[in-house]
Amino acid sequence: MDTLPAITPAPAANSPQSLVLEASHVYKSFGSNHVLMDFNFQLYKGENVVILGKSGSGKSVFIKCVIGLLQPDKGSIVVLEQDITSLRNEALDHLRAKVGFLFQSNALYDSMTVRENLEFPMRRHWLAGQQRNSESLVQEVLENVGLAHTINMMPAELSGGMRKRIALARTLILNPEIILYDEPTTGLDPITAREIGNLMLEMGRKYNTSAVIISHDMNCIKLVADRIVLLYDGKAYANGTYEELRRSQDNIVKQFFE
Amino acid sequence: MTLNKPWADFLDELGGIARFATRFFAQVFRPRYEGAELLRQCFLIGNLSLPLVGLTSFIMGLVLTMQLRPSMVEYGVESQIPAMVAIAVVREIGPVIIALIFAGKIGSSIGAELGSMKVTEQIDAMEVSGTNPFKYLVVTRVLATTLMLPVLVLIGDSIMLFGSFIGVNIYTVTSFPLYISQAMDSLTFQEFLPAILKTFFFGFAVGIIGCYKGFHTSRGTEGVGRAANSAVVVSSVWIFILDLLAVQITDLLGYN
Repeated sequence: MDTLPAITPAPAANSPQSLVLEASHVYKSFGSNHVLMDFNFQLYKGENVVILGKSGSGKSVFIKCVIGLLQPDKGSIVVLEQDITSLRNEALDHLRAKVGFLFQSNALYDSMTVRENLEFPMRRHWLAGQQRNSESLVQEVLENVGLAHTINMMPAELSGGMRKRIALARTLILNPEIILYDEPTTGLDPITAREIGNLMLEMGRKYNTSAVIISHDMNCIKLVADRIVLLYDGKAYANGTYEELRRSQDNIVKQFFE
Repeated sequence: MTLNKPWADFLDELGGIARFATRFFAQVFRPRYEGAELLRQCFLIGNLSLPLVGLTSFIMGLVLTMQLRPSMVEYGVESQIPAMVAIAVVREIGPVIIALIFAGKIGSSIGAELGSMKVTEQIDAMEVSGTNPFKYLVVTRVLATTLMLPVLVLIGDSIMLFGSFIGVNIYTVTSFPLYISQAMDSLTFQEFLPAILKTFFFGFAVGIIGCYKGFHTSRGTEGVGRAANSAVVVSSVWIFILDLLAVQITDLLGYN
């Protein structure tokens, strides 16, 4: 192995740094396919960390473990000071309200309007009626993503970029502390992809969130990443800023930046 | 000893459906109850099927009467047409035909809807939104199919008898009260009850198999089509198997 980039996290936006997500020695296999093997990961408050890796390398599996959709075989994942692998039912739902997940396919409910899509997580987490009127919250979050006029439209009537924005709005409506983005710009044209990247940054600042971003889109990564973790052979192979990894002489790291 | 693949697949699926049904019973009585979604599903499932059930039931009653009539006339028992049609409709034709139509209409719709939700990650999105997708999607739909099919069968049976009344009146003049009186005189509660009871099981089979197929969809949009198709095929076969079991049980209990 050639010289690896430094495994020191780049300074996050906020200081002093506080860990909001820490995965330690995580293992996950599907039959004989060992996806994560002793994977370690840290996310600090206010930070945007991109996980980069080949298709099928386990990036999505990891963030699904973070939100509790999958259980790791071994290891711990501490999210906002709670080990998600040991949480069940209400405790897990309570934590999930603080962690947003933007799905690769957007996962908007086809049978509901945009308004109902946005209200759904609020109703399910019993937040409707708390703090503020849900109607004004829906309106506000839609205005933030620039799509207030779509409130009564069905997802099928929206373009790919609009759906992504609505999916982001649905993620933001619970005011999460962490957002997990699963390939947020896949399938979008370069201009829309850039708009989504900028929106992610803008919303991150506005809602004061930290983010884990899975992406192959180097333009998006360059735009949003405070730090990049390269997932290779089930492990965190390299860790550094975009520029640090781009200048790396390691053959494996170089493949991703060529 | 190793089973050949079709048998192994069949047993694998049977085991999968049994586990899925067990999970349904484990969750159905546990809070949180999805009452609003259950009512919505009951309305959608009942409302969606009613026009088709009504039309096919009317035609079935009419055609059954018109085809029976020549034989009945030949044997000089034309006056027994209402009784014969009523027994056939209430005991067998109504429940089975309407359940098969229901499987085609609702089983495929559930399989395709849940299948597409699965492949587009909507089920996962529901879970991260603090919702138990099994409870919200499966329990409500299975309860709705179980409760709505008997209602549809009652409505369908009535429409079949009305169709039969029209069929009788094509050839002779019979008043509606007389026709209904002759039809009802031939039926006892002991005949009516098992026929309605079995429709709860038919409804359950359509719901659980539709949901199972949808929930276990894989391989993208191709899988969605496959889920919808196999939901109809498997639940139709199960309707006949349950019907066979029901007739054996009612026979053993002396209701035949």
